[in-house]
Amino acid sequence: MPAGIRDRVAILGMGCSKFGERWDCDADDLIIEAYEECLKDAGIETSQIEAAWFSTAIEEIHVGKSAVPLSVALRLPYIPVTRVENYCASGTEAFRGAVYAVASGAADIALAVGVEKLKDTGYGGLPQNMAGAVSNMTWANASAPGSFAQLATAYQKKHGVKPEDLKRAMAQVSVKSHANGAKNPKAHLQKEIDTDAVLNAPMIAEPLGLFDCCGVSDGSAAAIVTTPEIARKLGKKDLVTVKALQLAVSNGVESSGEGWDGSYFMTTRKAAERAYTEAGITNPREQVSMFECHDCFSITELVTAEDLYISKEGTAWKDFLDGFFDADGGVPAQIDGGLKCFGHPIGASGLRMLYEMYQQLLGRADKRQLADPKIGLTHNLGGFPHHNVSSIAIVGLEGA
Amino acid sequence: MAGITGFGGYVPRLRLQRKSVVEANGWFNPGLAGLAKGERSMCNWDEDSLTMAVEAGRDCIGEKGPADLRAIYLASTTLPFADRQNATVAATALDLGEDLKTVDLTSSQRAGTSGLIDVLEGMGERDGQVLYLAADHRQTAASGAQELQMGDGAAALLLGQNNVIAEYLGSHQVSVDFVDHYRGQNRDFDYNWEERWIRDEGYFKIVPRGIDALFAKVDVAPSDVDVMIMPALIRGVPQKIAKGAGIPDTAVQDNLHAVMGEAGAAHALIMLSKALQNAKPGQVILVIGWGQGCDLMLFRTTDAVTSFKPALGGVESSLARGKAETNYNRYLAFNDLIDRDKGIRAETDAQTALSTLYRKREMVLGFKGGKCTKCGTVQYPKAHICVNPNCGAWHSQEDYRFSDVPCTVQSWTADGLTYSPDPPTHFGMVTFEGGGRLMADLTDVDKGGVEVGMPLRMVFRIKVEDERRGFKKYFWKAAPDHRKTA
Repeated sequence: MPAGIRDRVAILGMGCSKFGERWDCDADDLIIEAYEECLKDAGIETSQIEAAWFSTAIEEIHVGKSAVPLSVALRLPYIPVTRVENYCASGTEAFRGAVYAVASGAADIALAVGVEKLKDTGYGGLPQNMAGAVSNMTWANASAPGSFAQLATAYQKKHGVKPEDLKRAMAQVSVKSHANGAKNPKAHLQKEIDTDAVLNAPMIAEPLGLFDCCGVSDGSAAAIVTTPEIARKLGKKDLVTVKALQLAVSNGVESSGEGWDGSYFMTTRKAAERAYTEAGITNPREQVSMFECHDCFSITELVTAEDLYISKEGTAWKDFLDGFFDADGGVPAQIDGGLKCFGHPIGASGLRMLYEMYQQLLGRADKRQLADPKIGLTHNLGGFPHHNVSSIAIVGLEGA
Repeated sequence: MAGITGFGGYVPRLRLQRKSVVEANGWFNPGLAGLAKGERSMCNWDEDSLTMAVEAGRDCIGEKGPADLRAIYLASTTLPFADRQNATVAATALDLGEDLKTVDLTSSQRAGTSGLIDVLEGMGERDGQVLYLAADHRQTAASGAQELQMGDGAAALLLGQNNVIAEYLGSHQVSVDFVDHYRGQNRDFDYNWEERWIRDEGYFKIVPRGIDALFAKVDVAPSDVDVMIMPALIRGVPQKIAKGAGIPDTAVQDNLHAVMGEAGAAHALIMLSKALQNAKPGQVILVIGWGQGCDLMLFRTTDAVTSFKPALGGVESSLARGKAETNYNRYLAFNDLIDRDKGIRAETDAQTALSTLYRKREMVLGFKGGKCTKCGTVQYPKAHICVNPNCGAWHSQEDYRFSDVPCTVQSWTADGLTYSPDPPTHFGMVTFEGGGRLMADLTDVDKGGVEVGMPLRMVFRIKVEDERRGFKKYFWKAAPDHRKTA
């Protein structure tokens, strides 16, 4: 096992736009909103940034290809800028690029910016686009909720959970996130909901109803990273450092091999195991103070809690019903409201999650502030349960 | 001796209730009231003449065509492609190989029977068997009588010289430009002339003439006919013709109007396939096809007729598996007879890269994956590196056809968000007996009708229609396996 990234890179500043149906904004407006806050927080000038990573996923409906749109929007001084896309893990990929650049010594200060301007399609939900010349001939006619809904049927079968019990646990996933999101002025949806509203919502893809699905919104988030030494030189006292960055990508076993039963994410388990090793975490249920997982759908969050080894396999549904993941529970999840309340501007989401962890660790989370968090974990899951990219980032207070 | 060596058929599961149609259209066409009884077969949105023909073909030849198959014919007046040989697509789906004669036959209701005569007459000394398919997906304007009279379906016959189950005795063809209806180039629907004229000047004059000529050529007499197959939409026509010719009235076969309607160029062969399924040895079968004259042919069943069993249960099984459709609007929508607001999601581009399709034809149309020769793992799609993490062999895979491998659903959903002509669209992870899996579309399932573990079989269907370019993408979907759930 390599030495890893633990404590080698610090977050110098972060920014996050207001997420929502930003009819007033193009992608570059959102980028500026996030970047302005980020730059101010970092306390540096654009000219000090030596490399940048830019994440967008469905670029054809907003900025178009390449890293040029970011460089133009921020007038970056002819530095290396790389555009990354890796399904819903794109934002975390941008962060990974910037962090690795600093860790490698290739750059002292690096920038990661993610953006997605989704609300220009003329309809609700994520756009479904060409999947590739061959895939278009054979892939099932699946929306995102349809793909993830199947976790529920497989999970029920595997763990002998009654459909109505699982549906109630899934409802609690959303109720909890809405309770958190209601306290977040940057969230798209800032309204509490009750269990009945979730259970009685219109069906989107069985058994996922409307409130089992995250919103679709516009947004951007940004991070500037550097070494802990430079951060201190620049006057930072309480440092949030990167403890682990891991990624696991499907290789076809889930989609065409044997053994995977469809009730969990093989990738997330692999990424989590490596991330905990990298971060020196041996008991995640005790050591992880809070997490933001990829709650694109309630069932995704539910099984992910197990794949992150915070709940034992087959028990997350009970943990949710018991309030273990509530703001006042054992390990608060989606304390900012999650994708559920922020929506999922794909390229931005990973960075938006890190933004909340960063704010919480620095004690700046206002009404949502948790008592004394030390380690925060973020997780993205892009693609489909049988064909995906899973990313995990662990950040924490320096020394934690 | 030339003759029929096997048979099969397919009638789509959906049966539009005529009552529902009449209730919707009676205000406009009160004359429909007399046609409100029974049901007609209708294609699911993802079926057409090609997919039905493939299904009939599978019913006839089973998992693998006979080794001596030398040709495939496809007769239809509703072929999906005017210029892309449809029979070749069927041959690929049926895995018949590429060193094969492939022929499309069309442009008359008689296409099914005329081609059949041609093949049987031409068998001569040539070796090898012929898979003969006929299918029609009838297209009619809304609220006419034809909408109620017609149906969709397909038939398949295997023709050869050895081990025949029905010996070909002879034929006669009468060709007359009697235009009871026609469909011009680039027109969707038929233009019809008066029924009484068709009956009196057409059927009653042309068919008896053909019968006389046929029986003058063969050693059997009209009175020897045990089974008379003659599709005709006008009530009482075959009966009167039989009587005039001295054919026993008990020989006249039900035209299936009550249960499926009339399936055009395929209909005589659907009736023949059904008759063969119920035939006894030694029966004389007269088949009459109609359209700008008539085709007449005679068969005599052999002892082998009772031993042949269609792989999927034949026409009888198809007919028995109907699902009543009472929503006339769904019929209108499936047949593109109504301009629906499909929403922006339906605008997703569906272009097919023809060069990609060509490279992947065995994978997509033939539904072939790979089997690792090192570890035996089967997988879809076939890949350069074995998917088994404990193997990982390179370039080790041979073709493995999944079409006939039984499968079950491991996880599924009913998706109401993605655009589908028949929402919610069902799909799920389908796992195959013996290995392999695919996130597959499910078809012929109803809301509430899917559960984990349910037995499925793969069927060849339309995946997406590229309306902008007039192309249809075909692929395989999972459907309930009637052999296991019945």
